[in-house]
Amino acid sequence: MNIADKLSMYFQYDFVKNALVVGILIALCSSLFGATLVLKRFSFIGDGLSHVAFGSMAIAAILKFTNNMLIILPLTVLSAVVLLSLGQNAKIKGDAAVAMISVSSLGLGYMLMNIFPTSSNVSGDVCSTLFGSTSILTLTKTDVVLCFMLSGAVIVFFLLFYNKIFSVTFDESFARATGIRAGLYNILVAVIVAVIIVVAMNLVGSLLTSALIIFPALSAMRVFKSFKSVIICSAITSVLCAAAGIILHLITATPIGSTIVAANLAVFAVFFISGKIRR
Amino acid sequence: MPQMICKDVSLGYDGNAIVNNLNFTVNTGDYLCVVGENGTGKSTLIKTLLGLKAPLKGSIELGDGLKANEIGYLPQQTMVQKDFPASVKEIVLSGALNKTGFRPFYTKQEKELAQSSMERLGIQALSKRCYRELSGGQQQRVLLARALCATRKLLVLDEPVAGLDPKATTEMYELIYDLNKNGNTTIIMVSHDISAAMKYASHILHVSREPLYFGTKEGYLNSDVAKMFITGEVKE
Repeated sequence: MNIADKLSMYFQYDFVKNALVVGILIALCSSLFGATLVLKRFSFIGDGLSHVAFGSMAIAAILKFTNNMLIILPLTVLSAVVLLSLGQNAKIKGDAAVAMISVSSLGLGYMLMNIFPTSSNVSGDVCSTLFGSTSILTLTKTDVVLCFMLSGAVIVFFLLFYNKIFSVTFDESFARATGIRAGLYNILVAVIVAVIIVVAMNLVGSLLTSALIIFPALSAMRVFKSFKSVIICSAITSVLCAAAGIILHLITATPIGSTIVAANLAVFAVFFISGKIRR
Repeated sequence: MPQMICKDVSLGYDGNAIVNNLNFTVNTGDYLCVVGENGTGKSTLIKTLLGLKAPLKGSIELGDGLKANEIGYLPQQTMVQKDFPASVKEIVLSGALNKTGFRPFYTKQEKELAQSSMERLGIQALSKRCYRELSGGQQQRVLLARALCATRKLLVLDEPVAGLDPKATTEMYELIYDLNKNGNTTIIMVSHDISAAMKYASHILHVSREPLYFGTKEGYLNSDVAKMFITGEVKE
């Protein structure tokens, strides 16, 4: 059977189509805020929050919640708000606080999963939570609907607040001085990023979600010179990489998450080189 | 008409005052230069005037119809901006954001305002260029154009010529002076450059632990503070 036949066979199944659509939506959402996080030097918050999401998933698993999201989402959003409001004037400064919270949730999460095993294969569970599993291919109808709703909300928020996000990203003190509520927008962005990370965990696993957020923006910033073009370019590369990753997974059976990250890395390399050449 | 009145203001961090008993008035059309040694609270004063920080004591009142969000600001460049991918037009337009309120997009009027601000500062040819690739002087003009989009009433400038070469420095001072003289924009500028302050400003505020001098430029020239400060600067 050649590759085209194999793919067309796969795409007869609804669950494969769902996976592709959900994957593309997640990739689109996560790319939108990448530029802001990278430019505001907040990349590490994305990374920290993904570990928090892992920890909360362990808690959710132990409490045997039917829908994990009900635990993971509030806990991750809460950590995002705490991390950001700690940022400026806490005794433990920004990056140290993030490191502390992220390793704690990683460590406690793994410990809890071992003390209260929910299945016979704990290390398998942990590995699939961290690096993504085939769970994207086993999405239930509720998962798909929830993902649609959350992605829709993220995209609408981004479009409505685009100009404010730009201003607060470029120059927070100017924005504040001219009466823009920069603090509020910072918190909103952190909350949205937390939502994106929780949704993106389904696709690439918690360890790799921050790659989905920052890689497209980093690639786009090598070549493009206005904020708008950077955002548009990162959205496009992110979607293409996610689609390529999922299709490659179907063909070669490499893990979805790491395949998508590898695709992003390859795109980054190309943009990096062309950025150097153009200069 | 007084646009800004500082009454018995104390400034500082965590309850420790750096400056006490600041009293001064800025009238519409004034060009006030704030001078003083490093670490005497000039930056803190700027933040307080902009409402980014509350004074420890005393009050700052606005007059002549000036609203809190109508104070334009030319900040010192931050690390973030050095590699920021944004076009000149995007940055200048972002100055008009305080006029949008809950409206998510800019109106045609606001875009025209950005256009006219760029023309005013002679940077309309750069409008599509990337900010991070401009020279220091051009970048300052972009930020000044952005401030003009926010307001034409009062501009607060924090060391606007820091890091500029002599030619760009002179051009920047002339632009600011022109905005003040012909645009009737009130200027409050923090500067190390005492000779430029003497050339362009109408009023001088000299801050140290106690406010050492506030008044017109002519009066400042004859004060003891000025004599010590100016000769002290020469010695360095």
